[in-house]
Amino acid sequence: MKIKIRETEDGLVIKLSGELDHHAAKGALKEIADAADEFVPTICILDMSQVTFMDSSGIAVVLGLYRKMSEVGGRVVVKDTPPGVMKIFRIAGLERIVTFS
Amino acid sequence: MNIYKRHPVNEMKLEFTGRSINEGFARAAVAGFAAQLDPTLDELNDIKTAVSEAVTNCIVHAYPESIGVVHIKCRIFEGGLIEITIRDRGIGIEDVRMARKPMFTTGNDDRAGMGFTIMESFMDKLYVRSKVGTGTTVRMLKKIAQKGSVRSDK
Repeated sequence: MKIKIRETEDGLVIKLSGELDHHAAKGALKEIADAADEFVPTICILDMSQVTFMDSSGIAVVLGLYRKMSEVGGRVVVKDTPPGVMKIFRIAGLERIVTFS
Repeated sequence: MNIYKRHPVNEMKLEFTGRSINEGFARAAVAGFAAQLDPTLDELNDIKTAVSEAVTNCIVHAYPESIGVVHIKCRIFEGGLIEITIRDRGIGIEDVRMARKPMFTTGNDDRAGMGFTIMESFMDKLYVRSKVGTGTTVRMLKKIAQKGSVRSDK
């Protein structure tokens, strides 16, 4: 799993590529939390377009970021989620708490 | 779906160390075996996800303080039925009914408690047997819609 972080006018973009499972999530959670601490963005955009596989570990990654952003009144947008990944988010009911675009 | 009286058309067994790096290996291996049923990409993704959840459970919950062995057995039956059994010799689950409930987890914040829920919804059947101190066996079945037929020759 590769994680690329860049600041844009729309917010802090975190682009994940590869397979997001429990093994990858351990590092991803920390890296994303560190980025949120460093940049303190108002909007965090999680770009999922290049995620080729995700299991329930991805739910915790999004929820972790959501909690972190909520603390500072920020927002999370999950972008370009592939259908297979969306299936997991739907089961967890994530659509109710974060924005998908 | 009583498969006990049927003979498998094909079978494979796999045994590996419960390190998280092997989660990707385990689901790729099972997907590779299931590929002979000519599943759709969606069906293959469902199988990979269910295997990933079960193997992660072994690594995170069955062997919390140690690195144990994870066993996988896959069998294919006529008509496109695949059976995947994932077994550990870990600490076991005290209350299986509770563990299968959505959002229930004994893990940390980094676990969503959705593993069994996903296995249940991505596969056709899910059976969980567990004994505290002995281990857990998860057995999952999925029927792959047949476009052609699976040949039982060598």
